[in-house]
Amino acid sequence: MAHRILVLGGGTGGTLVANRLQRLYGDAASITVVDRDDAHVYQPGLLFVPFGLAEPGEIVRPRHAQFRDGIDFRVAEVESVDIAENTVHLMDGSDVHYDVLVIATGASLQPGETEGLSGPEWGRSIHTFYSLEGASALRRSLDGFEGGRLVVNVIDMPIKCPVAPLEFCFLADWQLRLRGLRDQVELTFVTPLDGAFTKPVASARLGALLGEKGIRVEAEFATGRVDAAAGTLHSWDEREISYDLLVTIPVHGGPEYIGRSTGLGDGLGFVATDRHTLQSKAAANIFVIGDAADVPTSKAGSVTHFEGETVVENIQRFLEGDELTGCYDGHANCFIETGFHKALLIDFDYEAEPLPGRFPESHLGPLALLAESRLNHMAKLAFQPLYWHVLLPGHNIPGVSSEFHPVAAPPTEERSGALR
Amino acid sequence: MNTVTLAGATVEVDAEGFLVQPEQWNERMAEEIARANGIEALTDRHWQVISFMRNTYLQTGSAPSVRSLGKTSGVPIKELYELFPKGPSKLAAKIGGIPKPRGCI
Ligand SMILES: Cc1cc2nc3c(=O)[nH]c(=O)nc-3n(C[C@H](O)[C@H](O)[C@H](O)COP(=O)(O)OP(=O)(O)OC[C@H]3O[C@@H](n4cnc5c(N)ncnc54)[C@H](O)[C@@H]3O)c2cc1C
Repeated sequence: MAHRILVLGGGTGGTLVANRLQRLYGDAASITVVDRDDAHVYQPGLLFVPFGLAEPGEIVRPRHAQFRDGIDFRVAEVESVDIAENTVHLMDGSDVHYDVLVIATGASLQPGETEGLSGPEWGRSIHTFYSLEGASALRRSLDGFEGGRLVVNVIDMPIKCPVAPLEFCFLADWQLRLRGLRDQVELTFVTPLDGAFTKPVASARLGALLGEKGIRVEAEFATGRVDAAAGTLHSWDEREISYDLLVTIPVHGGPEYIGRSTGLGDGLGFVATDRHTLQSKAAANIFVIGDAADVPTSKAGSVTHFEGETVVENIQRFLEGDELTGCYDGHANCFIETGFHKALLIDFDYEAEPLPGRFPESHLGPLALLAESRLNHMAKLAFQPLYWHVLLPGHNIPGVSSEFHPVAAPPTEERSGALR
Repeated sequence: MNTVTLAGATVEVDAEGFLVQPEQWNERMAEEIARANGIEALTDRHWQVISFMRNTYLQTGSAPSVRSLGKTSGVPIKELYELFPKGPSKLAAKIGGIPKPRGCI
């Protein structure tokens, strides 16, 4: 009998895994993907929408069109997973049984977790660009923004693409300069981290870049509540920051069904997952890909893509009764837009932090790591077609390996230079 | 790797003073680390958080963030900041003798 493989979530991870599995098994597996809607958003494009540098229509495509023939796509909301019965309950009342389950339901935005955030000012003086509606509403507010205090705020980690809020700051600085408004705007980045980023060398480099652009950083600010009427952010340790326009990244968590599925998730709704095999800790026949997993690396599309190979290899081995050998190393790789048609690239894994160097070949590049360049910016723009035509169909990107390859240790002067 | 003397024993710490080997820790060390970080005496509420952090780390290999502490330790976030000013998760990890929470990346 064909293996019954059920994939929850038809975003980046669900789509690429389903396509890889279909190519591998053909008729030997019956593959079903469930998602609550049929609109696939290219999320990296959300960053550009508030500035009119991308149109909402350019970054959305129908989900069903991204699947290979033979994959069954269903629009439904997941209600819960019954691990003991190998069954998923859907909100429409139907049940789906599986031999192998892949969880790819990502991370969801939870503005309601923060006191004062999602009241009447939401969409007026308080915005986020982490959703399509949010990014579009923010564009209207930015268009009418003539100056004042613009605050970009990360409420708490983890968040998707932890560099995106920084990129937003860089792009805002650039766009406000173009409009001749930069002098009238006080731009502040407010973060719970102790610097611009989590990993020390990259954090120092990005922190320096913020300084050069006159963007103020308020670090170690753990937002406790927002007073939307007064226009102030308050930290748990009782600091206060005033804003005229707030761009916030709400708290992220897993979708609610995780909490209703006994044993599956942690306190925040992320799925407890072995960080190397990507098998869930709750059951041997459940695998996890992308933002849904609690593994200690970035919640990013590049991570999701690199994980795909491991997940598919381990599902195959699991179905054959073999030991799992697929081993994901935490490889992540992000372009960081810095404005003025430039970008910077970072590459790291569970152990190694991002360092200056060249990518994908450590001496030849052609892309520069941790340094701004036009070529990096072009590569970031070129990524959208790659996303639809290479990554989602489940192919490898030519020249880019799923495994992390450390950069050759740079000469010490270069390293300390990067820290300055 | 740096070493320091805590409660009469030599232990390994990282650059920021977090113990590298949780098994070298004991409760007297906790009191000393707390005092060095501005907490004069550890109350039962402090201990509730410290033990929770430590147990979670030893069981799962990673220490909880402030938000999950607020949801799962039985001590609300507001109080966590009163008990461990500045960074409850970081400070409780340091006092509890486990590595610095990696935060999220
Ligand atoms: C503003 C922004 C910029 C970004 N920039 C970059 C970047 O430059 N580079 C990069 O690598 N990554 C970037 N990312 C991150 C990247 O988009 C995500 O990490 C990636 O899409 C994760 O894939 P996923 O499959 O885990 O989740 P998703 O692609 O989000 O898919 C999850 C799916 O699950 C569905 N779902 C959830 N709950 C349920 C339910 N209960 N029932 C049914 N369906 C459900 C959702 O509808 C969704 O389709 C960015 C993200 C954002 C928000």
